[in-house]
Amino acid sequence: MKRFILLILPALLFIQANAQIDPELLRKPQNDTGSLKLNMDAVYDRPFTKAGKLPVALGGYMETNYQYLGQDGVTEGHQFQMRRLTLFVSSSISKRIKFLTEIEFEDGTKEINIEFASVDVEFAPLLNFRGGVVMNPIGAFNQNHDGPKWEFVDRPISATQMLPATFSNVGFGVFGKKYTGDWVYAYEAYLTNGFNEGIIDNSENKTYLPATKADPERFEESFNGSMLFTGKLAVRNKRVGEIGLSYMGGAYNKFQDDGLVLDKKRLAKIYAVDFNTTLPTKTFITGEWAWVTIDIPDTYTEQFGRRQQGGFVDIVHPIIQRTVFGFEKATLNAAVRLEYVDWNRGTFKSTGDKIGDEVYSIVPAISFRPTPQTVLRLNYRYNWQRDLLGNPPSKLAGFQFGLSTYF
Amino acid sequence: MKKTLLVLSLLIAPVVIYLSCSKVLPGAPADDEILDGPVESLTSEQKRMFLRGDVAFNDEVFTKETGLGPIFVATSCGTCHAGDGKGHPFSTLTRFGQSDTISNQFLHLGGPQLQHRGINGFQPETIPAGATFSSFTPPANTGLGFLEAVSDATLLSLADENDADGDGISGRPNWIAVPQYAMLRPGTVVRGGKYIGRFGKKAAVYDLLQQTVNAYNQDMGINSSYEYLNTYNGQIADPEVTNQTVQDVVFYLQTLKAPVQRTPNDADVQAGRQIFQTINCGKCHTPQMQTGSSPIAALSNKTFFPFSDFLLHDMGPGLNDGYTEGTAVPAEWRTPPLWGLGLSKNSQGGRYFLLHDGRARSIEEAINLHGGEAQGSRNAFQQLSASDRAKLIKFLESL
Repeated sequence: MKRFILLILPALLFIQANAQIDPELLRKPQNDTGSLKLNMDAVYDRPFTKAGKLPVALGGYMETNYQYLGQDGVTEGHQFQMRRLTLFVSSSISKRIKFLTEIEFEDGTKEINIEFASVDVEFAPLLNFRGGVVMNPIGAFNQNHDGPKWEFVDRPISATQMLPATFSNVGFGVFGKKYTGDWVYAYEAYLTNGFNEGIIDNSENKTYLPATKADPERFEESFNGSMLFTGKLAVRNKRVGEIGLSYMGGAYNKFQDDGLVLDKKRLAKIYAVDFNTTLPTKTFITGEWAWVTIDIPDTYTEQFGRRQQGGFVDIVHPIIQRTVFGFEKATLNAAVRLEYVDWNRGTFKSTGDKIGDEVYSIVPAISFRPTPQTVLRLNYRYNWQRDLLGNPPSKLAGFQFGLSTYF
Repeated sequence: MKKTLLVLSLLIAPVVIYLSCSKVLPGAPADDEILDGPVESLTSEQKRMFLRGDVAFNDEVFTKETGLGPIFVATSCGTCHAGDGKGHPFSTLTRFGQSDTISNQFLHLGGPQLQHRGINGFQPETIPAGATFSSFTPPANTGLGFLEAVSDATLLSLADENDADGDGISGRPNWIAVPQYAMLRPGTVVRGGKYIGRFGKKAAVYDLLQQTVNAYNQDMGINSSYEYLNTYNGQIADPEVTNQTVQDVVFYLQTLKAPVQRTPNDADVQAGRQIFQTINCGKCHTPQMQTGSSPIAALSNKTFFPFSDFLLHDMGPGLNDGYTEGTAVPAEWRTPPLWGLGLSKNSQGGRYFLLHDGRARSIEEAINLHGGEAQGSRNAFQQLSASDRAKLIKFLESL
């Protein structure tokens, strides 16, 4: 196989090919990136195309990748993956009433989800009402997760394996923004359906918030009849950057059923801080950190973490910004992601030793953006993961190459 | 020209990455540094069965929906046997209620095994007042197939129940009743309707099928067609694991490789081995054993090095928890195999938890807690020079 590639490579250099893309198809308007956009704006800050007299605008993105990863000397070999195909449909019902939905196909058609489907009614810039399937604004990634916006093939571990990104629920809420000079202040507050007992009854053998997404009923009924509150405050300065503080909390257990009290209300609470900034060197830094506390039944032992924490930071620096292969303003970035998750903060009762169940990760990357909406990215991932007992870490590493684009 | 170079670079880069893929991945640990992995010479069919068992043992986590509990000790096999090695005090299980070799007076109160965890809404068990109990740290799984393939005759040849040779050491088998589903091995010896047990801290389990079925039922609350009584209410329950999965796990346990000794040629290790023999550790921790005929060719008529005679020995009052199983009296414990001892820390969170309940935090402490039939060896160990003790420990850590 390797010899074949080496033979065919020189031949490829002399083959002339014509681009098959009809430039007429690329007539979508570019986004205005100069204004004070917040993570909460990400859901509408996407390229849409409106054709003719259609009452809706359409858009979407796709993510596909190749990876070759190995863990402790064992590899599953070469893997090609169709991670995501997401379709957006938006509509301006009136000047201050709009609708947007995001439908996602993951891993082919293994998972099909309505990630977002909400109507926004603007009473005033500081008071908007939103109803439908909303993305709970915990941290930044859950709000701003589109593949083409990131230089990394994988989503952050803390966002997807500690926090349940992408996490959306049915509910209502309000949000608003206030602009003052170089500053913008914003808030969001939602009441939605919430968690379920999958958090402590799952095949991950740990306290695992993402398992709550496995409940197919959650868009139809609340598991326990209680509401999940999610709130966020964010502030952005044009020169400094954005910082957000968010909270999500609610009962996750079936504490009553058919009028009978079964248990006390057990709460899962998440606190998060997120930030992003662009340095004068044009280096972009973004990240988030979250803390989770969960009221675990006494009959569950230390295996199920009562406290978790984790986060990530991405550092992206543009190395080259110029016309490349005819792509104007093409950008070549060097980037790195640092990640950490501790699924179980605490000590063993029997020994007093620290509980393990944690992962460190570093992901150096190179990404090429022929246009802002399209990214080709090459990552090298290296993870160190310790099991519950804190035994010597399992090491995972390998290359990932991905393509992601809005369309 | 510049563009051609760029194209060339872009085409070469993936090739370089492709060619270097295997070079940048984490390397496999040396075979002697890990406990998992199959024995050599399995057939392709056997390797597939091993892999199925591996997944069921290490990856399958039971939940409420898949039958967990409702009271249990652990949610998966791998919870207690990380990396197929020894367990941690966190995953220690407790048995209670039987203080003599006749019967357990606390079966109606949940005995013999304590299920001290429960799914939400179910109260786990507690040890009833007045019940004697003992805690068992999970053992390593490695090399169990070799032990299963040893003939009864071989084990009996190592026994010296009445200390006929007068050396103060009198190993004997634990004679146990076997479950109906047990498949008796050829040449099995029966005494008074009882059979030789060889697995477990007190050798109270006949074979790996019984061990596996019990662990599903008693440790995880998973019923099978072999053990179909719910541990919570004693009622007959539907199977929650297939016979095929049980058999795959049994095969996995049978064909896990034996631990490989590290640095056997090191001078101190060799000196330590000599000391081990000199102070009579090897009288119970028999270095070498031979399997008999096995339906698994890779296990048939093989020499292996468990450092155990798999017999019961009186370990003295210090290790007498007042709890027993089968015909083993409370102070009697099956000689634990020492193979893999030096790798124990890698599955116990970086520290040793040795002896049946993990009370010893070092090899030295474990030796010093030996009593009864091992008193002489313990005394001899304590009289060794510091240098000789270090050599002995180095030898044990090489296993």
